[in-house]
Amino acid sequence: MKTDFRSAGLTASEYSAIRELLQREPNFAELRILGVMWSEHCSYKSTRRLLSLFPKDGEQVVQGPGENAGIVDAGDGWGIAFKVESHNHPSAVAPYQGAATGVGGIIRDILAMGARPAALMDGLCLGLKTSSRAAALADGIVKGIAGYGNAVGVPTIGGKTLYSECYNGNPLVNAMCLGTVKLDNIVSSRTALPGHLAVLIGSRTGRDGIAGAAFASSELSDDTRSSRPQVQIGDPFVEKLLIECCLEIHSKGLIVAMQDMGAAGITSSSSEIAAKSGTGIRIEADLVPLREKMEPWEIALSESQERMLLIAEPEHLDEIGSIAAKWQLECAAIGEVTDDGLFVMTSGGSTVVSLPAEMVGGGCPPVLWPSKRPSSETTLPDGGTGPLDSSVIRETLAAILRDPGISDKSAIYKQYDYMVQTGTVVPPGRSVSVFRVRQNGRLIGVTMEADPWKCSIDPFKGAAETFLKALRPLWLSGAAHLGMTNCLNYPSPENPENFWVLEESVKGLAAVAGDLSCPVVSGNVSLYNENPEGKIMPTPMVGVVGLFEKNLLPLEDQSASGREDIFLAGDLPGALEGSLFARLTGNGVHEGRISYDPAKESSFMSRALETARGDLATCARPIAGGGLLTALSRICISSNMGLTLLLEPPEITPGLLFGEWGPRAVYLVPEGSLNGFLETWDGFPVKKIGFTGGSSLSIGDREILPVKKMQKCWRVE
Amino acid sequence: MNTSVIVFPGSNCDLDVVHAISSALGTQADLVWHDDNELPQGTELVVLPGGFSYGDYLRCGAMAAKSPIIRAVIEHAGSGLPVLGICNGFQVLTETGLLPGALLANRTLSFICDFCHVRVERNDTPFTSLYRKGQVLRIPIAHYEGMYFLPGDELAKIETANRIVFRYCSPEGEVDDSFSPNGALNCIAGITNEAGNVLGMMPHPERASESILGSVDGLPLWQSLSRWLEGRNRS
Repeated sequence: MKTDFRSAGLTASEYSAIRELLQREPNFAELRILGVMWSEHCSYKSTRRLLSLFPKDGEQVVQGPGENAGIVDAGDGWGIAFKVESHNHPSAVAPYQGAATGVGGIIRDILAMGARPAALMDGLCLGLKTSSRAAALADGIVKGIAGYGNAVGVPTIGGKTLYSECYNGNPLVNAMCLGTVKLDNIVSSRTALPGHLAVLIGSRTGRDGIAGAAFASSELSDDTRSSRPQVQIGDPFVEKLLIECCLEIHSKGLIVAMQDMGAAGITSSSSEIAAKSGTGIRIEADLVPLREKMEPWEIALSESQERMLLIAEPEHLDEIGSIAAKWQLECAAIGEVTDDGLFVMTSGGSTVVSLPAEMVGGGCPPVLWPSKRPSSETTLPDGGTGPLDSSVIRETLAAILRDPGISDKSAIYKQYDYMVQTGTVVPPGRSVSVFRVRQNGRLIGVTMEADPWKCSIDPFKGAAETFLKALRPLWLSGAAHLGMTNCLNYPSPENPENFWVLEESVKGLAAVAGDLSCPVVSGNVSLYNENPEGKIMPTPMVGVVGLFEKNLLPLEDQSASGREDIFLAGDLPGALEGSLFARLTGNGVHEGRISYDPAKESSFMSRALETARGDLATCARPIAGGGLLTALSRICISSNMGLTLLLEPPEITPGLLFGEWGPRAVYLVPEGSLNGFLETWDGFPVKKIGFTGGSSLSIGDREILPVKKMQKCWRVE
Repeated sequence: MNTSVIVFPGSNCDLDVVHAISSALGTQADLVWHDDNELPQGTELVVLPGGFSYGDYLRCGAMAAKSPIIRAVIEHAGSGLPVLGICNGFQVLTETGLLPGALLANRTLSFICDFCHVRVERNDTPFTSLYRKGQVLRIPIAHYEGMYFLPGDELAKIETANRIVFRYCSPEGEVDDSFSPNGALNCIAGITNEAGNVLGMMPHPERASESILGSVDGLPLWQSLSRWLEGRNRS
């Protein structure tokens, strides 16, 4: 067969690098394999250099990037393994299966660490509901997450959902999974030794998803619908069996190393184990249980779901086989670990692939795309702002509460079983999701954030603010952050302006990770998120995991009794640039100064933690999307309680009521805690702005909206 | 209380039930594999847990009802000892014939996970003796197929025989179709067999057995069972 590097997805320079490394021409199968393994999706060739900017270390970090997932210490000998991963391209083509297999894939990443998958979070960036295609994609994505997550028995405890036209044809599905693992029982993928067997457990291998990784490394085109064969089909029932089976095998101490089979299937999982362990590996294609007749290169690259690769000692094969049989799963020794450093595949007794294992996964030369600051930033017209009268405040607030990014998401999350495993302490729909580690009783807080509008305005500060928006609610609830995972969703890096934005965003995230000691322990990159209608906004999706002190319950974020004073901790006005207010009204587009002030964030963090731990407030809520009035409205809506703000007319500005950015929070403080609260916040901007009670949200003696009306708006009734 | 929790391939609430019983009563429940032919010696309570047995790829519960262990479960029920089916376990019980009726797709045609309210209709069963009759429980549901259905004449029969144990209701205890999350006939959330020792229920008591999870209204169910079994052992 003629070898054509271009149809395999390689560039001319990559092809010559291959010939250089091999000192020969690659054969057809090798070319196909390298085409996939050197794709953006598998090789991170455009971003490897950028990702090295992330601070990765901390005393709480047990496992940083480089494994299937990161692990942080959750106390008492237990760790939390977690990672977020994108499944954007498949979800744009086949929303149900794309989202479902995204969930399945990230669960196996956690399982590969020897952890029991304990919770899921979903970051969804969806198109506008006014587009029927976007609405259909959104519906399919939610149903896919529900269909898979519910059956597999891992609760979906929260996430982030936002809507913009730029995602109409290119929705983002970022699935995050968290698992619990005993720290002395972590599985690695770098511990294989020559003579060990490579054991494949799970579904039979078929022709699905071949070269899916390469598909995810280019723009979606008009004929994308013909890409269906590159989308995998998920089977959550088999995944559930696979989880229990692998954990049972692991509990008996029979696993030397483990790797899930995601992108590029057998090739990536086996070559990665070999490369990381400093060994070689030989796979016999004829030993792989197949669903249909397939060529060796297809077997090597199939992305059939629900498969795991285990490395085990030969004498344990029978016991592993009988556990797999109990769980009704296929189990086959398909090869062995060697000492020659080569990834070899044989078929019918002859060698069809022989490549240095190191080269398969890590050999792709990095690509240094040119970077250019966008020259002429389009200046948006600004309607300007002034003092607001009550009727304008009323209309604006009603519009914000009805905005799909702010309004009630229960129609989505009630389709997810968010309670299975009986660990969900704070359910979806709140500023922090909290679950209990059953093994040690400790509570873990999780947040997910994205704010593409702010990243569009200033990618450095916007990405930093995104990260901080994920951190602040944890601090307010009383959880100290342990680590961060992220998914970098961007358009094509080949456009210099796009690449500059990506670079700046990574620097922004890295700055926060370093300044506030929240190391990046895992992550994923999804580039080429564009289609003929346009490209997505820069969308870094950040997930943060935090730990509560023993016996400390999370501070409430939406309860009021009618007997509290309301405090604003932080600057009175926030900035309007990139705010929901500016987007909805076209006013204040350039109002307020956006900044990243790590010292101020750190000061906010320690006071917020002290407030929660000292039980000095009954409710705390970060001021984020929609600003102060939106945060207060959410408290009113949930607690069915009104409040009055004591503000003088000159203070009643859009910046105060609707501004965003920076460390700002609303606190409800009962009388008995006033002194302690004020002492804690001494030295930081803090001001009493009102009190709870009544049945409306009022400013002074002017009613803005009755609680009943706010509830109707928020529920879009 | 000697409890056997049956594990089918695809069960996913088995460990939750074990945990709830352990935290409620301090006793350890056994996990029993569906492929076994016998229940462990001395089993007093059998629980069929929630989940997606066999992926629910056929009718929910239909495959599990053919598992080897089911014959032992039927014998156990025949001996008068309690059998509890929760959610998917309820579906399995209807498929085995231990309980009448079927669970159809929710009228919303979507999966629903939420807290709901049910009213205790009977407190003369091994499962409910520590509840008050008419007591309202706040308890979670999580299912796609939870709409209890039975042909009209059979429905009348089980109503006459007083076999309804739980009905969906308002927080104040008013039973009305508008408070039924899934459209179950007569708002039925749980029923027993004629003898009263086999209970099938869609709500999850194991998810309402610890205050940190937002409700302890499921606790008396485990405590009732434990007390009933103690009384039986004494007599």
